[in-house]
Amino acid sequence: MSKALNTFTNGLLRENPTFVLVLGMCPTLATTTSAINGMSMGLATMFVLVCSNVVISLLRNLIPDKVHIPAYIVVIASFVTMVQLLMQAYVPAIYETLGLFIPLIVVNCIVLGRAEAFAAKNNAGLSFLDGLGMGLGFTVALTVLGAVRELLGTGMCFGQTIWADNYGMLIFVLAPGAFIALAFLMAVVNKLRK
Amino acid sequence: MVYFLIIISAIFVNNIVFSQFLGICPFLGVSKKISTAAGMGAAVTFVLTLATIVTYLLQKYVLVTFGLEFLQTILFILVIAALVQMIEIVLKKISPSLYQALGVFLPLITTNCCILGVAILVADGTWAAKIPGAEAGLLQGTVFALATAVGFALALVLFAGIREQLAMSKVPKTMEGTPIALLTAGLLAMAFMGFSGVV
Repeated sequence: MSKALNTFTNGLLRENPTFVLVLGMCPTLATTTSAINGMSMGLATMFVLVCSNVVISLLRNLIPDKVHIPAYIVVIASFVTMVQLLMQAYVPAIYETLGLFIPLIVVNCIVLGRAEAFAAKNNAGLSFLDGLGMGLGFTVALTVLGAVRELLGTGMCFGQTIWADNYGMLIFVLAPGAFIALAFLMAVVNKLRK
Repeated sequence: MVYFLIIISAIFVNNIVFSQFLGICPFLGVSKKISTAAGMGAAVTFVLTLATIVTYLLQKYVLVTFGLEFLQTILFILVIAALVQMIEIVLKKISPSLYQALGVFLPLITTNCCILGVAILVADGTWAAKIPGAEAGLLQGTVFALATAVGFALALVLFAGIREQLAMSKVPKTMEGTPIALLTAGLLAMAFMGFSGVV
C-alpha cells in the first residue's frame, strides 16, 4: 500500500514534471495564458499519460527490445489521436484555443519519459498510479502557472474578475510573461523544497 | 516579395521559440555552449526542411486522397522518426565529417516538438494566415519551414552566448539553473516582441 501511495505522490511532489524535472516545457509555456487553458492542457496530457502507461505496461513483455521506442510512440500517438477527436467533438472551443499543442502531446517528453522510465518496468496497477500522479502534478503546475499569468495579466482568475483589468500587466499574457512567471514560480518551488 | 515577408516573419516576428513556444526543450537543454547550440541549430534546420517536404507530400497525396486525415499525428511522427534514422545512416556514409558534427543531436531531434509542429502547420496550411499574400503551397511552405528553422538556430545561438556569460556571474541561490535561464529567455522574448507588427 505504501508503495502505491509513494508512486502516486512521487509525480505530484518529489518529481513534479514541470518544477523539478523541467519536462514538457512547450505546452507549459504556450497554453497557460489562463488558468482554464492550462488546466485543460494538463488534463488532456494526463489522459494520454495514464492510458499509454497502462497499455505499455501490459505490453512490456511482448514488445521486442530493439523496436521499443517506435512501439511506444505508436501507442502514445494513438491515444493522442483519440484525445484530439474527442476534444474536437465535445469541447471544440478549448480544442480551438489549444490548437497545435494537442497533437504535440505525442512529443511531450513526460509521456515517453514515463513509458521508458516507469511503465516498461512495472505492472499495470503501479503504472496507472504513476501516470495519474505525474499527470496531476503536470495539471496542477499548469493550472497554477495559468492562474498566476491570468491574474497578473488581466486581473482575472478562472474567468472571475479579481481586480479591474486596467491594472493588469498585459506582458504576462504575452510570450515573455510565460518565461518570467515560470522562472519565478520555479524559484519559489526551489526555495520551498530546501 | 512574398518570400521575403515569409522569411522575416518566420525568423523574427513569429520566432518559433520566443513567440510560438516550440522546441523549448532543446532550447533549454543544449544551449550551454555556442558550439553545441550551432550544431543543434544546423541539425534542426536540415531535418525540419526535409521533414516538412515529405510530410506535406504525404498529407496531400496519401492522407487527403484516401480521406485518412485523422491518422495525421501517428503517420507524421513515424515518418519523422524514420527520416531521422535514414538521415543518420546516409550522413554516416556520405559525409562522415558532417555526421561527426551533427551526429549526437540527430536522435534527440525526433522528440523535438518544433519538427512535428511545423510539419503539421505546413500540411494544414494554417501558417499562411499570419503572412499577407502567402499561399499554403509546397514551395512557400518549404521556405517557411527553412526560415523557421533558421529562427530556431538564431534563438539557440543567441541564448547560448548569453548563457556562457551567465555561467560566470553570481546568481541568487534559488534562481540558479533553470529559473535564471527562463528569466533570460523571457527578456530575449521581450526583445523579439519589438519585431511584432513588422509584417
